[in-house]
Amino acid sequence: MEEVPHDCPGADSAQAGRGASCQGCPNQRLCASGAGAASDPAIEEIKEKMKTVKHKILVLSGKGGVGKSTFSAHLAHGLAEDENTQVALLDIDICGPSIPKIMGLEGEQVHQSGSGWSPVFLEDNLGVMSVGFLLSSPDDAVIWRGPKKNGMIKQFLRDVDWGEVDYLIVDTPPGTSDEHLSVVQYLAAAHIDGAVIITTPQEVSLQDVRKEISFCHKVKLPIIGVVENMSGFICPKCQKESQIFPPTTGGAEAMCQDLKIPLLGKVPLDPRIGKSCDKGQSFLVEAPDSPATVTYRSIIQRIQEFCSQRLPEGENLVGS
Amino acid sequence: MEAAAEPGNLAGVRHIVLVLSGKGGVGKSTISTELALALRHAGKKVGILDVDLCGPSIPRMLRVQGRAVHQGDSGWVPVFVDREQSISLMSVGFLLEQPDEAVVWRGPKKNALIKQFVSDVAWGQLDCLVVDTPPGTSDEHMAVVDALRPYSPLGALVVTTPQAVSVGDVRRELTFCRKVGLRVIGLVENMSGFVCPHCSECTNIFSRGGGEELARHAGVPFLGSVPLDPELTRSLEDGRDFIQDFPDSPAFPALSSIAQKILSQTPAGLS
Repeated sequence: MEEVPHDCPGADSAQAGRGASCQGCPNQRLCASGAGAASDPAIEEIKEKMKTVKHKILVLSGKGGVGKSTFSAHLAHGLAEDENTQVALLDIDICGPSIPKIMGLEGEQVHQSGSGWSPVFLEDNLGVMSVGFLLSSPDDAVIWRGPKKNGMIKQFLRDVDWGEVDYLIVDTPPGTSDEHLSVVQYLAAAHIDGAVIITTPQEVSLQDVRKEISFCHKVKLPIIGVVENMSGFICPKCQKESQIFPPTTGGAEAMCQDLKIPLLGKVPLDPRIGKSCDKGQSFLVEAPDSPATVTYRSIIQRIQEFCSQRLPEGENLVGS
Repeated sequence: MEAAAEPGNLAGVRHIVLVLSGKGGVGKSTISTELALALRHAGKKVGILDVDLCGPSIPRMLRVQGRAVHQGDSGWVPVFVDREQSISLMSVGFLLEQPDEAVVWRGPKKNALIKQFVSDVAWGQLDCLVVDTPPGTSDEHMAVVDALRPYSPLGALVVTTPQAVSVGDVRRELTFCRKVGLRVIGLVENMSGFVCPHCSECTNIFSRGGGEELARHAGVPFLGSVPLDPELTRSLEDGRDFIQDFPDSPAFPALSSIAQKILSQTPAGLS
């Protein structure tokens, strides 16, 4: 991979090819000509493709391992319990796809049809797409740099035959880098309803989540709200609660108040959640009595309410 | 040091250990920090290089947030964590003006900074440099492995949690190590069980045994399980030196033994 000069203004900026650091860069002439600023034609193609997708939700978190994929999977499961709702789940964690495992679809393959790649269907109304379906063995590592990952995400959005979908849920990797920028840019013209941000109660995690929130502001992505995961643990033997991940700075609640964003709910740690994910089953069905299930359902409802208030443009004309 | 193929800021560093995991949130930064503290307890001089550019957490864990990195004659001077200057740290966290600022960078820019981190930090004499990485197998990992190659790193410590989901990502990480020619020192299973402080019942929140089984399956050494300890989380949150504060923590023996195993390793190769 060629190196970019340290202070590269970016190919799409007004300073492209004109900045002090552009001197001597092999791309200087190309950048100065403005070719870099032309928007990717894929953005328009994706907008076309996404016309049949009503709501698009991103699941984000600055930190890894806080439960993004678990949440995305269960948001999909929960929404798809209504058989009239078409749900699509897209996993853009290219280097660590866990959605196939969590959804119990490991080893499935994507099929090519006339209208593009077909997602893998778990139910008639629940389609799933992940780079995991394109790998030949569970040991396969996707050792890709940014541009290649971006290309894959573009293909997922443009070349997958999503069909008529009510909710497209996009599960992302940790961080604020290529994958996040790409999905937001590619979906820019297609309108994203908003982002659900997942955190755990500790400050170490909240610190990364604040960065993720600042990312959302930078790219003008609406925030649906924050979900606090692993919030307290109830010992199955003595039923007493302990804080495994102590909220030393007040947890997500204090952060949300501070930053004036909604807290969608706090999901307690239940050992059955991890087990259902390992087995690829819906925790909502496996443990309907768990306090975590109750919280999950209320969060899903709040997300539905948020989305129904933000109907895509033109919806009023076609509807009813 | 013999491993110094070319003179540079890493010439005085005896061992370089990378801490990797395909999955996020399994405790790479925690293990990196604890490993550094354990090595320090063994009387060693340690450096930590945090190449998690989008989510640097080590400055907070070691309570050195907000410190600035200075430019010296031979490069950036890392931040010293303790008075004895036995642990030094370099992280993108020290280069941000606002702690909540997001580093929204694509690959090439991340690669350039990592190269600088490897070549331009004046570590001085170190017994061990611990390199903490972000989750995945992408830009940062390739950049750091490429940049460190001339210094023959000892190898990688791969961290996992016991669940099958995490183990799946780690299998991919092992493939990554093989492909880039990085030796796997061993596998560490983190968060193995939770001991209820009320009734002492140990619950395996994230199930158990997955790490050991994976190590056997993949033919790499298993270095040990580190139990979940809320006191440990709390002490890391507060930025205390938990090894000094909590020598009775169930996690302590596990970490000391891992540190010993690393110290007993011989340099990977003298190219």
